[in-house]
Amino acid sequence: MEFKTFVFYFLATILVYASLRVVTLRNPVHAALHLVLAFFSASGIWILLQAEFLAIVLVLVYVGAVMVLFLFVVMMLDINLDRLREGFWSYLPLGGIVALLMVAEMGLVLAVSYMGNSEHEVEQADATFSNVQAVGRAIFTDYVYPLELASVILLVGIVAAVALTLRGKRKSKSVSPGQQVFVKVRDRIRVLKMPSEPRE
Amino acid sequence: MVETLQQLLPGFLIPYLNMGMQLGQNFFGSLWPDLVIAVWTVVKVVIVISILLFCVAYMTFAERKVIGWMQVRIGPNRVGPWGLIQPIADGLKLMLKEVIIPYGADQKVFLLAPVFAFAPALAAWAVIPFNPTLVLANVNASLLYILAMTSISVYGIMLAGWSSNSKYAFLGGMRSAAQLISYEVAMGLALVVVMMVSNSLNLGTIVEGQGQGRFADMGLGFLSWNWLSLLPMFVVYMVCIVAETNRAPFDMAEGESEIVGFHVEYSGMAFAVFQLAEYGAVILCSTIASLIFLGGWLSPVGFLPDSIFWLFAKMSAIIFFFFWIRATFPRFRYDQIMRLGWKVFIPVCLIWLVVVGCWMMSPLNIWK
Repeated sequence: MEFKTFVFYFLATILVYASLRVVTLRNPVHAALHLVLAFFSASGIWILLQAEFLAIVLVLVYVGAVMVLFLFVVMMLDINLDRLREGFWSYLPLGGIVALLMVAEMGLVLAVSYMGNSEHEVEQADATFSNVQAVGRAIFTDYVYPLELASVILLVGIVAAVALTLRGKRKSKSVSPGQQVFVKVRDRIRVLKMPSEPRE
Repeated sequence: MVETLQQLLPGFLIPYLNMGMQLGQNFFGSLWPDLVIAVWTVVKVVIVISILLFCVAYMTFAERKVIGWMQVRIGPNRVGPWGLIQPIADGLKLMLKEVIIPYGADQKVFLLAPVFAFAPALAAWAVIPFNPTLVLANVNASLLYILAMTSISVYGIMLAGWSSNSKYAFLGGMRSAAQLISYEVAMGLALVVVMMVSNSLNLGTIVEGQGQGRFADMGLGFLSWNWLSLLPMFVVYMVCIVAETNRAPFDMAEGESEIVGFHVEYSGMAFAVFQLAEYGAVILCSTIASLIFLGGWLSPVGFLPDSIFWLFAKMSAIIFFFFWIRATFPRFRYDQIMRLGWKVFIPVCLIWLVVVGCWMMSPLNIWK
């Protein structure tokens, strides 16, 4: 067995294990951490395929940004297992259909390569080949319109996020020194005259 | 590996080296070259990490001395001559202390969190070039790799806060994580501008690109480095790395006397690893800053040769800058920190991104 094959099976085993734990673990934070492990293994497999740009971006975007925000939310949850399990049976048919669809898709992809339709050797790039430049060139020449579309969709997402959290003009309670200096004593203190009453 | 060793070792050892190589060749057969490469890589990693850990230990000492002098004190001076053994004494003390795991804490995650904090600061060194040839892994996307690695360290803080099962640690963790995420955006945007002008993601190429230009031809290399042409980005980056490493005046994670941070529940070596992570991150960030803005190993003037010592000198200067501002500025208020990050630095970076883009497209482009 070639060393590369060994590394692949090593990473793939971790990936499969971590992905299984993501769906089976009860604690959402642990599940999220296993998802992080799964991303790391996937990026290792991509590095094995010499797609170092994609591998690093996977870690940067999914591990470094998406999962951090995910953890932020998950950590603040009050984990109530009974409440989580309530909807299990009602969601099961929908989940089953989605699972079947995904299995069918994967089966189709595998079947194509077994039928030998798309069987072609990918030539090995030499060590000086820059993934980053190749990806950049492809994105900004051939796929420039899809890229622009994607960025517009992202922009809509950003605007929507801001709009959701915007709560109108801030009713600030902070002090303004400019107004503060004009305060007179009588604005703040009311001196009550209480005539002493004779003792009964 | 063999060539490097032959250059490094004294003459009388070389026959023994050759003999050892021959022996291994006979014993392992065709596996031997792979084995040599694997062992050599491990040796290189161990060398880099041990030097780094030594630097971290003595950086704590240097910090205490420097801040002591700035505040007209003496600083540590009891253990060893001039207090030189102080960091080792501190390390021993922390190792001998008990690691207390709070009741109800998530034990595995509690012990995993310091690892998450420290490991990225070590892993990033894999792609740092020390001179044109001395680099563990010359990856094409090395700047991206460093961004990816440094973005992982936020997990350590969040997990430490969550797993401690204490609301104060949790709030502290959330506070620090929010700060780190905010400043990461500005830092990333500053690096994007550097990537644009150097036309590369490779740190070695970025350094080499700074050695060209009108000033470099006149023998004034230090004026052609990125810090001058990208001055706003340099300032933003320098402030961002202070915030990213949770150092004063942005030390919301751990204000010794005022704020309870994410690691209140940690003690002994587990706590020490967080401190190691902080100092390791400071060294890493100052190295990256000297590579991408201060010309790395390039010599500042034409008549002196380029050498790895320039890189060390620049790193030390930036580390001194860290100490200096710690002794100078009072701590920021938290809402001021967030405002500085989101409302000042990110807009400045975005505007400068457009300015540099237009500059590069104009006939005045200086980065050809």
